[in-house]
Amino acid sequence: MNTWHEVTTLEEIPPLGARVVTTKQGDIALFRTAEDEVFALLDRCPHKGGHLSQGIVFGKKVTCPLHSWNICLDDGNAVAPDVGCTRSYPVKVENNVVYLSLA
Amino acid sequence: MKKMKLVMVGNGMAGVRTLEELLKLAPDLYDITVFGAEPYPNYNRIMLSPVLAGEQGIQDIILNDIDWYKQNNITLHLNKKIVRIARKNKVVVAEDGTEAKYDRLLLATGSSSFILPVPGKELAGVVGYRDIQDTNAMIAAAEKYKHAVVIGGGLLGLEAANGLALRGMDVTVVHLMSWLMERQLDDNSAQMLQSALQAKGLKFLLEQQTQELIGDGHGRVKSIRFKDGSEIPADLVVMAVGIRPNVALAEEAGIYCNRGIVVSDTMQTYDPSIYAVGECVSHRGTAYGLVAPLFDMAKVCANHLARMGIAYYQGSVTSTKLKVTGVDLFSAGNFTGGNETNQIVMHDVTGGKYKKLVLNNNTLVGAVMYGDTKDSSWYFQMIRDGKNVAEIRDQLIFGQSHLGNAGSQGQNLAATMTNAMEVCGCNGVCKGTIVKAIKEKGLFTLEDVRKHTKASASCGSCTGLVEQILASTVGGAYAPQATTVKPLCDCTSHSHEEVRKAIREEKLISIPQTMTFLNWNTTNGCAKCRPALNYYLLCAWPHEAKDDPQSRFINERANANIQKDGTFSVVPRMYGGITTPQQLRRIADVAEKYNVPTVKVTGGQRIDLLGVKKADLPKIWADLDMPSGYAYAKALRTVKTCVGSEWCRFGVQDSTQMGIDIERAFDHMWMPHKFKVAVSGCPRNCAESGIKDVGIIGVESGWEIYVAGNGGIKTVVAQFLVKVKTRDEVMEYTGAFAQLYREEAHYLDRTVHYVERVGLDHVKKHVVENAANRKALYARLLDALQGATNPWSKENINAREFESLTI
Ligand SMILES: Cc1cc2nc3c(=O)[nH]c(=O)nc-3n(C[C@H](O)[C@H](O)[C@H](O)COP(=O)(O)OP(=O)(O)OC[C@H]3O[C@@H](n4cnc5c(N)ncnc54)[C@H](O)[C@@H]3O)c2cc1C
Ligand code: HEM
Ligand code: SF4
Ligand code: FES
Repeated sequence: MNTWHEVTTLEEIPPLGARVVTTKQGDIALFRTAEDEVFALLDRCPHKGGHLSQGIVFGKKVTCPLHSWNICLDDGNAVAPDVGCTRSYPVKVENNVVYLSLA
Repeated sequence: MKKMKLVMVGNGMAGVRTLEELLKLAPDLYDITVFGAEPYPNYNRIMLSPVLAGEQGIQDIILNDIDWYKQNNITLHLNKKIVRIARKNKVVVAEDGTEAKYDRLLLATGSSSFILPVPGKELAGVVGYRDIQDTNAMIAAAEKYKHAVVIGGGLLGLEAANGLALRGMDVTVVHLMSWLMERQLDDNSAQMLQSALQAKGLKFLLEQQTQELIGDGHGRVKSIRFKDGSEIPADLVVMAVGIRPNVALAEEAGIYCNRGIVVSDTMQTYDPSIYAVGECVSHRGTAYGLVAPLFDMAKVCANHLARMGIAYYQGSVTSTKLKVTGVDLFSAGNFTGGNETNQIVMHDVTGGKYKKLVLNNNTLVGAVMYGDTKDSSWYFQMIRDGKNVAEIRDQLIFGQSHLGNAGSQGQNLAATMTNAMEVCGCNGVCKGTIVKAIKEKGLFTLEDVRKHTKASASCGSCTGLVEQILASTVGGAYAPQATTVKPLCDCTSHSHEEVRKAIREEKLISIPQTMTFLNWNTTNGCAKCRPALNYYLLCAWPHEAKDDPQSRFINERANANIQKDGTFSVVPRMYGGITTPQQLRRIADVAEKYNVPTVKVTGGQRIDLLGVKKADLPKIWADLDMPSGYAYAKALRTVKTCVGSEWCRFGVQDSTQMGIDIERAFDHMWMPHKFKVAVSGCPRNCAESGIKDVGIIGVESGWEIYVAGNGGIKTVVAQFLVKVKTRDEVMEYTGAFAQLYREEAHYLDRTVHYVERVGLDHVKKHVVENAANRKALYARLLDALQGATNPWSKENINAREFESLTI
């Protein structure tokens, strides 16, 4: 079972932007796409640990600010030809409230 | 909606590339069916030479495996040759009777080896050099027989000869002309090539015409006889005397052909539902036999098949590189010259180096190089761009200055590097890794290589080396894109210029509006185009366009420089490098209060607080009470100054005050890339004005202004722009140059790249010679800067950017 934690409201995340959530498991990046979908990834790039929350968001991807790997927001996989994966977390948005699960 | 049917005949490099481009643009538009006469999926034909030479296996050169066709829902018929096109019913018919209906037909049938019509041509052991089957036949022959004769001393013939020799055969190349590769080389370079190949053990018979191939009585070739009656043994004869476009199918269907299938600039044949690409076509009277132009065609064809209808193919300038290990030659364009042309030649006989450049008026139209091809991409780019080289004509033959390009062990000749040597010092990539990736992954462009290996993907200083490696590995298949048409990024086919023009002329003021107007193929761009668009919009419409922080790189969003551990650095402005005890005390207090781990004096005469947590940034800025130094931005960075006439015993001008004035006046100026200025008080030049974007040097009678210097990866000395008398003039000229650069440079080009592209004369014309224009440029800059404020001040800070959430 997922335990949902209420984190914030949708408005608090800029469209095509991100916020950082500090958790016991480390920093998690919350991304919002232009279509108002929200995704959560561990805030560590699979390449050399760059903070993905600081990257540029486009489509359903984010470009890492350190060496420009592109990471898929939905599954945390690096876009080919780069290879790597960062952990993703379940998120849901209900009535504009964003919930995150650390499961 | 029911999908349209697209049928492709010929499963080769040009056709499949067209499908790839099409799938990128319109993945769901067609049901696609492919017919290929060969039993293999699409493979990298140009790598047949390394296969023959034993450097690679067949399995390494497959470009699209069977799975690729499956994943893209393409129906693939291998080993099925199409023999008839019924245009009335729009059906194609294969040899075995298989039929397929089409709405659009794509012909990509390539070409075949031309077989000389001499007696004995049908004997066993006589082959062309075109496909896997030919290559396998040659490999098998090399195991059993000794004597090989290659007819044709062109590109293909020499590669075949080299491969067979490496497999232990005794190889003779027979050539009709008096020197090798006469279509690509002049006699000097051909001579050098021939000597190099002779040293490898190849034999040559020039000006010999084949009369007849003689059999051994069991149906296999035994020897070759020439017109003059002489005869030499031959257990294997490779015909490499040319290729013939495969047009029979089209011709029989009544499609207009003239040596190739005739196509328009949109790659359409005379039947509007039938397109053609590749070696089988004739475009504006030319049939191409190299991959680079075919890929250009593929792009255009895909654009039309995808119903976007905006691309045109206008022909290509091609270049040649022989893929024989250890032989370094290059030729491009019109290298033989003619009446209107003249030539610059450099010939180092003992050093084995030869270079010939052919110019028409002041544009480079052709080049041949032997022994040292490091500047081939540079020349080829100029040939393709049709660039006016008057300004650099004197130095042209010496090539692009590689002076100061750091990070590659001082190497600039890829051919002399071993596989273990490091090419890219930023990402630690060796030559061997790059060669392997190019061959096995089927890479053709610089971008491909950057994506796959990371070589030259960071600072870019090794780009020249990577281009050389690419060119010598894929032969003429590598063509640097003409800069004028290079798309801004993968999201669009428009160039930087086209995008800027549209923004100006259509008065586009937001990123979504621009993307819609210019038909971007992604919904919200990528990390390459969004920052560029944001800058272009702000530059064109400084007071109308709204800045989009989400389209800025993190440094400009957080107004601080991100470090490798995710902390940031803070560099406050100290105009002209002048500070006060009060400021220093505040800086010291802040450093202690926030436990700043490192305090450093920067190269640009400022103080840097490193290792600051993001959440502390707004507090630190408030405590410092100093404006942002923009050390993180594509903007005016610092104006470095020397002590100048106020103190220095040599000083003739007050360089410090001049620097302060410039830094204040042009503060907050967004630019295509960072912009550094320096002012020295006399020609001793202690502020190092010679390597800045704008370098100013005080002299007794005024100021000298230098532009487009660079101190980074590529050390380039700034060029003299003008000498002026007054401080006001210094401001006006500096501002006008900055604005010209802001308005014309591609995003992420430094002034050195920009001025290299447009030429110093262009800058002089706009900034020096035309006073009205200079004043207008300067006025536009001042207008753009109106009302700009310090991004660190409280009202400009977006708290959300800095605060994290918790659970
Ligand atoms: C040994 C060798 C080395 C080369 N080296 C270089 C190099 O270094 N640099 C460079 O730029 N170029 C090089 N080339 C040239 C390059 O390979 C070609 O320009 C390119 O492959 C042409 O692509 P294409 O798609 O037009 O034709 P192809 O790749 O020949 O594809 C055409 C395909 O269509 C099939 N076909 C033909 N007719 C029918 C039909 N009726 N029905 C079904 N299928 C049919 C053919 O069997 C073939 O598979 C080299 C070529 C060879 C042979
Ligand atoms: C003929 C050659 C030169 C002479 C006679 C000379 C002399 C001087 C003098 C007198 C000063 C001022 C010192 C002071 O009072 O503060 C100075 C400063 C300086 N010089 Fe030179 N210099 C020369 C060349 C150079 C060169 C080539 C460089 C660097 C490439 C250089 C770098 C510096 C620097 C960095 C300063 C400090 C400037 C500042 O921050 O105020 N000098 N020089
Ligand atoms: S550049 Fe000239 S004026 Fe400036 S510090 Fe050096 S010697 Fe003095
Ligand atoms: S750490 Fe993300 S790309 Fe290198």
